[in-house]
Amino acid sequence: MGSAAVLKIDNLEAYYGPIMAIRGVSLEVRQGQIVTILGANGAGKTTLLKTISGVMNAAKGTVVFSGEAIHNREPETIVKRGIVHVPEGREIFPMLSVAENVEIGAYTRTNRAEISRDLEMVYTYFPILAERAKQSAGTLSGGQQQMLAIARGLMARPKLMLLDEPSLGLSPLLVQEIFVILKRLNAEQKVTMLLVEQNARVALSLADYGYVMELGGIAMSDDARALEASKDIQSFYLGVQTQNERGARRWKQRKTWR
Amino acid sequence: MDYSQLIVSGLANGCVYGLIALGFVLVYKATEAVNFAQGDFMMLGACIVIWLTNGDSLGISFWLAVPLTIVIMAVLGYFLDLLVVRRLFGQPQIAVVILTIAIGFILRFGVGAIWGHEPRLLETPFVGKNLQFGSVVLGFEEGAVIIVTLALALALYVFFKHSKLGKAMQAASQNQLAAYYVGIPVKNIQSLVWALAGVVAAVSGILFASKGAIDPSTGLLGIKAFAAAVIGGFGSLPGAIIGGLIIGLVEPFAAYALPAGYSQLAPYAIMLLVLIFRPAGLFAQMQKKKV
Repeated sequence: MGSAAVLKIDNLEAYYGPIMAIRGVSLEVRQGQIVTILGANGAGKTTLLKTISGVMNAAKGTVVFSGEAIHNREPETIVKRGIVHVPEGREIFPMLSVAENVEIGAYTRTNRAEISRDLEMVYTYFPILAERAKQSAGTLSGGQQQMLAIARGLMARPKLMLLDEPSLGLSPLLVQEIFVILKRLNAEQKVTMLLVEQNARVALSLADYGYVMELGGIAMSDDARALEASKDIQSFYLGVQTQNERGARRWKQRKTWR
Repeated sequence: MDYSQLIVSGLANGCVYGLIALGFVLVYKATEAVNFAQGDFMMLGACIVIWLTNGDSLGISFWLAVPLTIVIMAVLGYFLDLLVVRRLFGQPQIAVVILTIAIGFILRFGVGAIWGHEPRLLETPFVGKNLQFGSVVLGFEEGAVIIVTLALALALYVFFKHSKLGKAMQAASQNQLAAYYVGIPVKNIQSLVWALAGVVAAVSGILFASKGAIDPSTGLLGIKAFAAAVIGGFGSLPGAIIGGLIIGLVEPFAAYALPAGYSQLAPYAIMLLVLIFRPAGLFAQMQKKKV
């Protein structure tokens, strides 16, 4: 990986009131990469993304994007710099039409010609959204709403996309479909991605590099292939059952990073 | 008895109620807080235009005073949010409600201190003129009120349906967090909604003052308009106008048919009935907002 780090996070801390949600996270995303962050509920993954996109403030640490410090800037400034956050749980605008939802993704842009070109591009990736353009977005199915959130994010023409659990609550088939599209967007539109997932198997199959978050900190990080092969990841995130010398499964297994 | 006369004057009153209700709904949708000062905003707009244009005051041309009043009220709404209401961002909604009640009192007594408590009438160029349609004699003002309200409602519809800013306002009210994610400057948008509520208040105030005397306590009319907003389904813009029209129409008929004094009860009786039988209001958006 010779390319430069487009996003560099250093020792980031953020709080919900008195509760420290992320404690000193450092990570790097390189140009063109798909980097995934794995971790259980409450590990601080979503908080990390929210702190990057400016919806939450950092108490300490730095976020540098394309050589510029962006932590604690307003969310709209960060979108203009080229980072877009595709939130978890299909946060769409339910009473606007599908088309309006997609178009409002380009809110920070002004070049009409480029916007309409991107509209066409987005609809080629998500033809179902073009089909349903006129109906209100709240009537879409879960998978379609997830596609809508990604399509809306693309309309900001991001250099870096923060994807929060795109597989949440979707059938395995839909998860496959969405991840194929993400792969294509990365390859064809050169969108760098930071992908937060609980579904470690699909995330690692897509990603180039991975971090594991636990209790608000980074527990380990490695190449995605190396992580897939790691014993700990296999037993804690991929559900591969290992048997010890007595032929029985150990239920209280120690993680090597603790 | 000629009912058409009652209907026309009821519609004209209803338009003013509807416009004030519209102001309630605008701010409610954008900020999820109720601006109980909306009626007093209307009163302030009326007093400003009277101050600008009446002969015993500044005496500016009516056609200049109207846009000037609208601009003043828009700026006032914008800065009221920017400097005061926004400080309560993230606080419980009840804090904003109490704040707006206090602002209402301040406006009521402030206006009284500056311009006095006597009822005054706006001097319009068409005062005393009548329009005759068959047997119906329509005061020019009443016709103007109905036409202006329709025009404003249409303009707002086009604004929300087709302009980028209007869509951003809708987006910010439907899902604030997602609005942040797509790069909409939510706080600034909220200030602009307050400015829009100021514009609507100015228009309703000008219309009210052109057809009836106004004094600082006229702002209490806002409570009747609040009932109109509830009847229409708080959160629906067309519902607010229609709720206003319903109340406006019921009033003169209640006054005609019921013993003296009871007509004042009618709007609230209707509000109670609507709340009992259709709690979300007549024109509630059927799809509930997420969380």
